[in-house]
Parts: sequence; C-alpha cells; structure tokens
Amino acid sequence: MTSSTVVPGATTSESDAPRKARRSDRARDEARLGWWLAGPAFVVMLAVTIYPILQAFYDSLFSYRLTAPSDKAFNGGQNYVVVLTDPVFWQAFLVTFVITIVTVLVELVLGFLLALVMHRAITQLRGVLRTAILVPYGIITVVSAFAWFYAFDINSGFVNHWFSWLPGIDADLNWFAHQGTSLFVIMASEIWKTTPFISLLLLAGLSQVPGELEEAAQVDGATWWQRLQRVVLPNMKAATMVAVLFRALDAFRIFDNVFIMTNGANGTTVLSLLAYRTSIGRLEIGLGSAISVLLFLCVIGICFVAIKLFKVDLASARGEG
Amino acid sequence: MRRRTRSIAATAALALALPLAACASESGPPTLTWYINPDNGGQVKIASLCTQAAKGEYRITTEVLPRDAASQREQLARRLAAKDSSIDIMSLDPPFIPELAEPGFLAPIPSDVAEAVTTDVVQGAIDGATWRDELVAIPFWANTQLLWYRKSVAEAAGLDPAKTPVTWQQIMDAAAEQDKFLGVQGAKAESLTVWVNALIESAGGHILENPEASADELTLGFESDAGRKAAEIMGTIGREGLGGPGLPTADENATMTVFQRDRGSFMVNWPFVWSATNAAVEDGTLDASIVDDIGWAMYPQVDEGTDARPPYGGINLGIGAFSTHVDLALEAAQCIVSPENQAFYFATNGNPPSSTKAYDDPQVVEAFPMADVIRESLEKAAPRPQTPYYNEVSTGVQETWHPPASVNPDTTPREATDFITAVLRGEALL
Repeated sequence: MTSSTVVPGATTSESDAPRKARRSDRARDEARLGWWLAGPAFVVMLAVTIYPILQAFYDSLFSYRLTAPSDKAFNGGQNYVVVLTDPVFWQAFLVTFVITIVTVLVELVLGFLLALVMHRAITQLRGVLRTAILVPYGIITVVSAFAWFYAFDINSGFVNHWFSWLPGIDADLNWFAHQGTSLFVIMASEIWKTTPFISLLLLAGLSQVPGELEEAAQVDGATWWQRLQRVVLPNMKAATMVAVLFRALDAFRIFDNVFIMTNGANGTTVLSLLAYRTSIGRLEIGLGSAISVLLFLCVIGICFVAIKLFKVDLASARGEG
Repeated sequence: MRRRTRSIAATAALALALPLAACASESGPPTLTWYINPDNGGQVKIASLCTQAAKGEYRITTEVLPRDAASQREQLARRLAAKDSSIDIMSLDPPFIPELAEPGFLAPIPSDVAEAVTTDVVQGAIDGATWRDELVAIPFWANTQLLWYRKSVAEAAGLDPAKTPVTWQQIMDAAAEQDKFLGVQGAKAESLTVWVNALIESAGGHILENPEASADELTLGFESDAGRKAAEIMGTIGREGLGGPGLPTADENATMTVFQRDRGSFMVNWPFVWSATNAAVEDGTLDASIVDDIGWAMYPQVDEGTDARPPYGGINLGIGAFSTHVDLALEAAQCIVSPENQAFYFATNGNPPSSTKAYDDPQVVEAFPMADVIRESLEKAAPRPQTPYYNEVSTGVQETWHPPASVNPDTTPREATDFITAVLRGEALL
C-alpha cells in the first residue's frame, strides 16, 4: 500500500525524462536502487498473494470436491448464490462483525491507557513495563487460546472457582455451552492478546505529539483532560486510525480462538472458520473458495472504508507526511 | 553494487537447491512411511518390530497425524488428492475409508492378502474395512464402547448390568434418583455422532438407509420410530440435566473425568478409560478405591430385551495408491496386524484387537479383565454410515442434534433430514 508513493515516481522519471529534467542523476539512481531493493519482495508478494486469490476466484466458479476430482463442473455463480442465501453465512458474518467491533473498541481504550502508562511512567521502570505489557502479544495465538480454554473449562478450569463470588458464576457454569459466554471468553482472550499491539502503535503516536504544544496548552491553563482532548488526541489521529485499521482487519479474520475453544458450536462460527470447514473439512473447494472470496471482499471493504471515509493516511503514520 | 546483488542471489539459490539434491539420493533398504494416529507409542514400537522382522527387506518409519480423527482425514485426503507418493501405509478411522476408496486413493488389496487378513477377525472390523463389497483396507484394531458403571450406584439402584443388560431408561432413572451424572458425550464433535448412531442402530434403525448411493440420492433414516426414540433419550438426558452441566462440551476424556468423580454413575465410553484410570491411580492423582468400584457391561439397550448395537471404531490400515512400494507396503501391513502385535498393542496401549486370536493372549487377559465383553461387543457393534459423504452426514448430525437439551423427538429428526439432504445436494452450507 505504501509503495504507491514510490511506483509512479519511478516510472515517470524514465518516460517523462525531459519534462522532469529537475530530477537529478542521484534521484534517478535512488529510484533504481529502490526498485532493486523492493523488486524481489514485490515479485514474491505478487506470487504468494495474487496467484492464490485468482486461483480461489477461479475455483469458486466450479462445483468441485477434492475427493471427486472427475466430477468438477463449471456452475457459474451458483456457489455465491448458495452462500449468500444461506442463514449460516449471515449468522457467521454477524458474529464476526460483533467480535470485530467489540474487541477493537475495548482494545483501543485499554491500549491507549497502557500507551499512556508506558509513555509517562517513571523512567527507571519504563523498560520493564514495556516488556511486561508486550508478553501476551509474544504468545502464539493457539497457545493462548488453549490457556484460556483450560482456564474456563468446566472440568479443569479455575475461573469458576476463583470468581464464584460474582453473581451468575458458580461451579456449574459451562462457559462454552452458550453463545454469550463463549463469545465473552473468545473476545476476552483476543483482547488480552492483542491489546499490546494496539498500545505499541498508539505509543508511537503519543511520542509524535510535540511537547511544546502540550506545554503551551498547559501555560494557557488547560486541564489534563482538556490537553488530552484538544491537543494529544487530534495530533495522534493518524496513528490511532492505523491501529484501528490493522486491528479491525486482524479481528475480522479471527480463527484460532474460535477453532480451539468451541469449534463453532453454539452459534460462534466466524467467517474464517466457515471457510475452513467448507474447503478443508468438507473438501468442497468450490463452495469454500466462494466463502473465502467473500471474506476477502469484506476485508477490502474495511480497508476502503478506513482509507477513503476516515482518511487514514498510512504514509503520515510512518512519519513521512 | 549490481554485481554484488547478483552474487548474493546466486548464493541464495544454491543454498536452497543443495538440501533438495541431498534428499534425492537414498541408500539402504526401501523406506516405507506409515502415517499413524497419535497413541502411546505402540505403533512406533510395532514399526520397529516389523522393521526387524523384515531382515533388511524394508524399513518402516512413522509420521504422526493430527490428534482428532477429522483432522487426520483432512490431512490424508489433501495429500492423496495431490497424489502424495510418500504415503505407503496409513492408519485410517473406519468411517472415512469409503471417501478415500471411492476416488481410488487406496491401493487395491489382492485377494490372497484379503483372505489372510480377514481370517479370525471380528465381523465389525471386516465390515469397516469394506467398500462396495471389496476389502479396501486391512483390519488392525477394533474399538467398541462398553457401559462402565460405579458398582455402588448400580447396587443402590438394584441393577446388575454385568448379569442382566440394562436399558437407557433404567440408567437414566438411577442417575436421577441418586442425583448423579451420566457419562455421555454431548460435545459438538464426532463423539456425538457415535452416540446418535448407536442409539438409532440399537433401536433397529439406521442413519442412512442406502449408504452406497450418490450424494443426491441418499435416504436418511431419522424420521422413523428408531430416530424418534434416540431423540427422546438424548433430549431427556439433556433437558433433565442427567449429564451434568458439562454435557454440551463433554468429549470422551471429559466424560471419564466426570465418571471418576463423586457424582459419577454410568458411562458409555471406549476401553481406554480402563488403562487411563489405572494410570491415574498409579500416578497418585486418583484414589485407588475408585478402580474397585468400576464395573463394565454391554452397551445399554434402547428397547428392553433387544440387544444393543454398540459403537464400532478403531483403526484399519490403508495402502497409499500412489506409493512406489505397494507390494512391500502390503507385506509390512500384514506384519503390523499380526495377532502378536495386536495383543501387544492392546496390553500396552489399550486398543482392542480385531483378531479374535489376540484375545486369548495371556498379557491381554491380565491387562484387560473385560476383554471377553469387548470381544462380544465387537461382534454386535454397528458401524457408522459408510458413505463417501460421511463428513457431511456426521457434521449435519452435530449441527442438528446439539446441544442435547435442544433435541426433541417431534422436530429434531425432521430438521436433521431436511438439513443434511440440503447440504448433500449442495443447497446449504454446513
């Protein structure tokens, strides 16, 4: 996405050379070096992303079962009709949507608080604090999913025992037997694990807020809350939006937690799991590819909304703007 | 600078190519790869025993498949669809054998081998290795579920399941009266299908009336007296809390844990629970008195006086159709399933033999005092529907018969029929 700023510049420098005579030899060499450095990665990226996407789209137009290769037949958009008219798909879509919204919102608030702590904490503690906050993010999702699963499991879990003083929680509460409680655990584990990521991005944003602006506001008599609202937050909008975009894309593709904890039981199926179950579980490559393509379109949609409507400027978040 | 870039690229290409070249050369006897399901090390041991017995003719190495049967099938199906020649022998869960046999992923078993590996073998295991009247896999070990019970609970209820077969109604009443939990597998997983199938088969019905038909011609047998009786039993256990609060997520291991605790009463489960319970006692995590309180009997009946059809499971050996050593693989598979190896496997890993001879082995009788009951149960066991579309049928059952408390004899059989039919016709998602 960010390479778009490099690509047009590089092509015009060669085709419109006379008109852009201002461009020095050095600039041209740098552009060429840029291509040499980024080129291989770009080619690899095309090979590992564009090709499978096109293949999935092609497969999605066929009735194709892996264990019946000879019965493969073109069926136009029939797979899409089946998927889009099926309540199972819309239920999964809704669950995915709810998980995305709730987790990103909660993570944003918690992440900001953590970023503030990391930014302002006493200097001696800063290193330890940052490391401690980052630990959950360093844990592999499957491992954290199992840890949360066993913590809440009715037979081996300790949560029911520890929190039995809370209303509604007792030894007989089976967290993974109901939609609400299952989704709660899935979302809590997701939030626990990825809040550090969002707080890191927000920390980068916080450190970009010029200190003199804050000082000026302080001199003018602004309270802490006013400074936060009027100075800090507007100045880190770009970083915040990038954090939200990245997390939303990630959260929308949630798989591991659901797969480990409920495997989609009790209405907790998410889109990725549905695609997995169809392509990998049922070996229905055609139908599964159709779901994957739809999932891909949803992700594109989120990107589009974020970049066009909320005007996320990825370049500025990198400190280029 | 450009030159340096190129030399780096060349070095990188060489570094990638060298290990590949090293793989190409192979010395010594041909290596057969056996894809095994995870166990307690028994299959690895048998592989080395057979390698020794082959006296240099072949060598068996093992590759471990994922933990649950569904993931094992996924991996094997995907590899075989890509014509993976590294699969020589594979441990297969019987319900998935038709799916792999139908597209020709399994090498045919020659008639002389077929005759040799079906002599003195329990009928359930032969049925589970057969597709379209031909043996397509080699019976290895055969599993079945028994009724495990706490003697104290059965006694208090006036039941003696070891002498007189009990019915589901009787154990449900006993659990309700004594405020105990029944051990049944209500999790949304393959174990749920195992239970549903056993209930329907015990009531004289079948999930599929014509399992060999094509996807859009399969006829489902839920909407029958047998289907309704099965739904009645399952729904009652769910609604009245007879399975405990853990029922909707209880798999075989969770069920065993509940059974071992204070409120354990009756449980249907595979024989691994016996070795697992004994191991827990040895480790000191379980009180020794529990073992003395455990009894075993045939699977509960649905209709009093009509023999139950217990679940059938286990592992059969398939030979990869794309293997470069099919003959050697057939030879190795016959070594693996020898009665001695099966007896060894049972005694050490708790997986019952399909060979009737292996049940007479002294080490089996010592480790599993219930070996006779297991053998009898295997003779009466009913396999799950044998169809290439088993995964759809099983997942469809799990979608419509879960959670157990929601199962209703008036609606569930019809819902299951409609749903699975639509899925098989490609009109609905699972």
